[in-house]
Amino acid sequence: MTNGWVDIKNTDVMLIMGGNPAENHPCGFKWVVEARKVRNAKLVVVDPRFQRTASQADHFCQIRAGSDIAFLGGLINYALQNNRYAKDYIINYTNAALIVKKGFKLPEDGFFSGFDAAGSKYDVSSWNYEEGANVTGTAAAAIAAGDGPATPETAAQAAPANPAAKSAGQGYAAQGPAGAKATTGAPAPLALPGNTAYDLSLEHPRCVFQLMKKHFSRYTPEMVSSITGIPVDKLNKAWDMYTSIRKDGDMKKVGTIIYSVGWTQHTFGSQIIRTAAMTQLLLGNVGRAGGGVNALRGHSNIQGATDMAGVFDILPGYLKMPNPTDTDFATYIKRITPTSAKPKEWDSFNYWSNTSKFAVSFLKAMYGDAAKKENDWAFNYLPKIDRKFSWVEQWDAMYAGKVKGLISFGMNGVAIGPNSEKNIDALKKADWLVVCDIYPEETSSFWESPGITDDEKKKINTEVYRLPGAGFAEKDGTFVNSARWLQWKWAAVPTPGDAKLDQAILATIFLKVRELYQKEGGKFPDAILNASWPYTTPYSPSLAEVAKEINGKALADLHDDKQTPTDWKAGQQLPGFAWLKDDGTTSSGNWLYCGSWPDAGSNTQRRDPADPSGLGIHPTWGWSWPMNRRVLYNRASCDLNGKPWDPSRKQVWFNESTGKWAGNDVPDFKADSNPKDHMGPFIMNPEGVGRLFVPLAGMADGPFPEHYEPVESPLVNPFHPKQSTSPVVKRYKSDMDKYGTSDKFPYPCTTYRLTEHYHYWTKNNPMNMQLVPEPFVEISEQLASKLSIKGGDRLKVSTARSGSKDGKEYGVYYAKAMVTKRLQPLKLAGKDDPVYPVGIPIHWAYRGLKDGRHADQRNGVNVLSPTAIDPNAYTPEFKGFLVNIEKA
Amino acid sequence: MSNGNLEIKAISGHAGGTPGGGEYRQPDGTTRIGASRDYDVCKLIDTTTCIGCKACEVACVEWNGYEFRETTFDNTYQTMPETAWNFWNLIKFNEVETDGGLQWLMRKDQCMHCEEPGCLIACPADGAIVQYTNGIVDFNQANCIGCQYCVTGCPFNIPKFNEATKKVYKCTLCSDRVGAGLEPACIKSCPTGCLHFGSKEDMKFEAEKRVTQLHANGHADAGVYDPSGVKGTHVIYVLGDAKHPENYGGLPADPRVPFFVKMWKGPLKWLGGIGMVAGVLGVFMHYVRFGPKEVDKAEEVKR
Repeated sequence: MTNGWVDIKNTDVMLIMGGNPAENHPCGFKWVVEARKVRNAKLVVVDPRFQRTASQADHFCQIRAGSDIAFLGGLINYALQNNRYAKDYIINYTNAALIVKKGFKLPEDGFFSGFDAAGSKYDVSSWNYEEGANVTGTAAAAIAAGDGPATPETAAQAAPANPAAKSAGQGYAAQGPAGAKATTGAPAPLALPGNTAYDLSLEHPRCVFQLMKKHFSRYTPEMVSSITGIPVDKLNKAWDMYTSIRKDGDMKKVGTIIYSVGWTQHTFGSQIIRTAAMTQLLLGNVGRAGGGVNALRGHSNIQGATDMAGVFDILPGYLKMPNPTDTDFATYIKRITPTSAKPKEWDSFNYWSNTSKFAVSFLKAMYGDAAKKENDWAFNYLPKIDRKFSWVEQWDAMYAGKVKGLISFGMNGVAIGPNSEKNIDALKKADWLVVCDIYPEETSSFWESPGITDDEKKKINTEVYRLPGAGFAEKDGTFVNSARWLQWKWAAVPTPGDAKLDQAILATIFLKVRELYQKEGGKFPDAILNASWPYTTPYSPSLAEVAKEINGKALADLHDDKQTPTDWKAGQQLPGFAWLKDDGTTSSGNWLYCGSWPDAGSNTQRRDPADPSGLGIHPTWGWSWPMNRRVLYNRASCDLNGKPWDPSRKQVWFNESTGKWAGNDVPDFKADSNPKDHMGPFIMNPEGVGRLFVPLAGMADGPFPEHYEPVESPLVNPFHPKQSTSPVVKRYKSDMDKYGTSDKFPYPCTTYRLTEHYHYWTKNNPMNMQLVPEPFVEISEQLASKLSIKGGDRLKVSTARSGSKDGKEYGVYYAKAMVTKRLQPLKLAGKDDPVYPVGIPIHWAYRGLKDGRHADQRNGVNVLSPTAIDPNAYTPEFKGFLVNIEKA
Repeated sequence: MSNGNLEIKAISGHAGGTPGGGEYRQPDGTTRIGASRDYDVCKLIDTTTCIGCKACEVACVEWNGYEFRETTFDNTYQTMPETAWNFWNLIKFNEVETDGGLQWLMRKDQCMHCEEPGCLIACPADGAIVQYTNGIVDFNQANCIGCQYCVTGCPFNIPKFNEATKKVYKCTLCSDRVGAGLEPACIKSCPTGCLHFGSKEDMKFEAEKRVTQLHANGHADAGVYDPSGVKGTHVIYVLGDAKHPENYGGLPADPRVPFFVKMWKGPLKWLGGIGMVAGVLGVFMHYVRFGPKEVDKAEEVKR
């Protein structure tokens, strides 16, 4: 969340889409209720099903799963056409005015400029700003000269596929050092220009604003209706409600967008969220109380997992993972540190320019005294990634026999991954599997999954170890919630029986591996032998010690006149990342968490509910990254002069007398930057402004979001029938990976969770099982009558991945029908017959209280979902795949 | 389940005055009628902010210490068709199509704690049902004779008979918690603030305030459900459509204590007296005619 849970109470209008917080975040949903009751805020809900959140909505639209970009593109078009956007905000706080290079082409035919069909990827060199100065006033001449975005023909001439850009570094070079001039002959690293051309009138045909306007002008209500299945009048009502906050140029009101995995779990999921971010920038809602782009995390500590590098391509604190082109630390730092790229007259804080300080402090935390200036801070100890080790890739590699073992910790891989039959078969091919969990779950029981015969079991040679882990109430430590708040929790009960704390299990494995390296040596023992392990009880480190290590400390006496206090002694905990240095005198496991555990004690343990401003900031409850700022980019809550857009919701402001920013919240900005200097509020972007257009390799599938169909779709994309799906989406080629078409599998299916259950845990709990006892498949009354199905009838659900082997079927899901009015058939483009959507909750599989009740009713729902992933975040497409349904 | 911290206002099947009742002299010289709290308690359920999360269902079962039940899939999100002897709090889910589109209505169903409680009026067992001065209507299973007249007397289908214990059970409005100054368990567990607890006066005020807001937002039929047919209830609802309470899982539009129950326990009570005498006479004659009945040993053990 850019904002936070409590902050939702400050909003005037909410768009909840791709998420179902009343169902999945009932405690957080209280703030939605509060906004409606106290501020009369309006709630628009868009979802493939009329669910619990929809039951609270002022306006609900049932959308076809996977058509979210069409809906949001239409919303942007509506705002632009009806003059409902924040003009001053977008000119000054976004890249709307920046001019894009000649040769950039919009995807009218399904392709942006630079598509390389052979590699199914883009050469992104034309996705860049034009270098230059203020060109305000030249628009008319540019239009007269026929300037504008490229067409398919001119794009091919203007931006030929650049062979240099496709060399090894490409794809990793998100932002090279800016200002680097391309020299003929030598492969030039892709870079943003230091000084970007810009047009403050927003009229130049190649300024971001005009390109965006042109791009989304295709998203007419009729077009969007034919893609989403939402009637035009309902679309217009939704768009009108949400954009009503910017009626007549008013800037006081604020709208928020709230989403969850209903947006991320698509092959274009990142681009849906981009569209939401653009909407919020366009309406001037980012940085403001009651605004923002707010991701609801599906587990209590998913935010923490992400911050601490839960994904393969980042290190803690979102430092980029090194790759093989990073031959030394300096090369690595140069590659990952952006330099500012902005209009010459503006200022940009470009906070990532501090990357080296964060990286050296991280390496000091990792390797302690072994990280020295002389050895490049032990940079060569870090793994260098030469491919995308995403979740799906690893299981695919295991299925191909390349990955031989798996440690599965607090994660039920078979149940949560797409195409579970493939994952079960992958585990059969592994040499070993270690599972740490609190229940005997599906992954460690893969060898007794439905359909496996005794003969087959004998042929499985995988050695399986089950480690008894600790439940959440049995361990202390922090949860980082969706609002980025770090909150310490204390263990409620001791671990039962043989169960061990997670850190004890991990530490034991690590120390044993280290012992083996010590005794036997190995290919590269240094990284393991030199890892810093300074804990009082090495075999079970206290999480308080680990949290302090992550916060970071001074390794030498530090002095800084600009800070208060000015000095920290060696060994003292540091109060914030402004103290981190790249000379080896500080350590910090994650720079973003620096300040969570300062020398005075843990801020994560604070429990003072005081809220002096009444804005739900609660500055002394827990601690939020970065530096206890509760709303990110909050400089944008003020106008150009540093005065709040809405005086009744004062978050931060510029104090003319002190020359500094002050606030109820901690200013997310350079404290002494005078508004006259025009420093952009989006300090993590080299431009200093929010990105309506994402340059270079920021997004793998285009600088603007474009509607593409899911890999399995009932519809041919009406925008570009020849390129229906995203051209860069990754499909898999194993014999278990098949993709279906709507002639055989006519029903678009979406998967989801229920309030009554928690993932794959609560099928072990009698209370949850009492509330919803068994799996079901939700279908509309119309589909039920078409197939002569009654509520409670057993259904067989199949996909292109279903089949039979040795007379036994696999990849098939059985459950009872729930026939409901809450799903309605959809009328889509070019279809005489309506399309019938289907929904299946995820919570059951072959382990749990009622396992074995029906032998064939024990598959998890992910036997149905396809292996196809988003090219940016690598998230599988669990929403909007095709199934067939029969009465069983 | 009776509670010593609460004062009794009415009691079932009891001859004479109310035990513990009567006038109490206050320190300031005024008098009050036997209440340990000086106000009527009330639960307010704002159905327009209920998300059907069932936290109240779980809190109720757990606070009252009941075993979890086996349930079966029934083509709905609703946990079971109606409340049970050991499941007193049930959210009723209803899909209702209106001119304004589909509505998914969720209503927390439980004992309404009527000001004029049909169960108590119908109950012939001395002290099996009590009404406290704060409005809570409570069952005391120790005195229950299992006749199930209360089931007949209730216009909301709330009291439920347990075949094993031969007693009737229902929501106590957490009289044990309320007596100790706490809110009921369901209220405590509600995550959205759709459930409120306080004095009847305050809850009415809160409810009317919400209804005014709903009216202003175009929900012209919104209203408070506090049915006068049972002289008001100590559980009141805000309904988005108060003109059709039956859409909310069969909430009666005009609940009343059944006529014959009122007659039986009121004007026609003398008839019961005659019946009682006739019955005793009948039993005596039966004894004289057939002798004592042997207790079935197996049945005794089963109980």
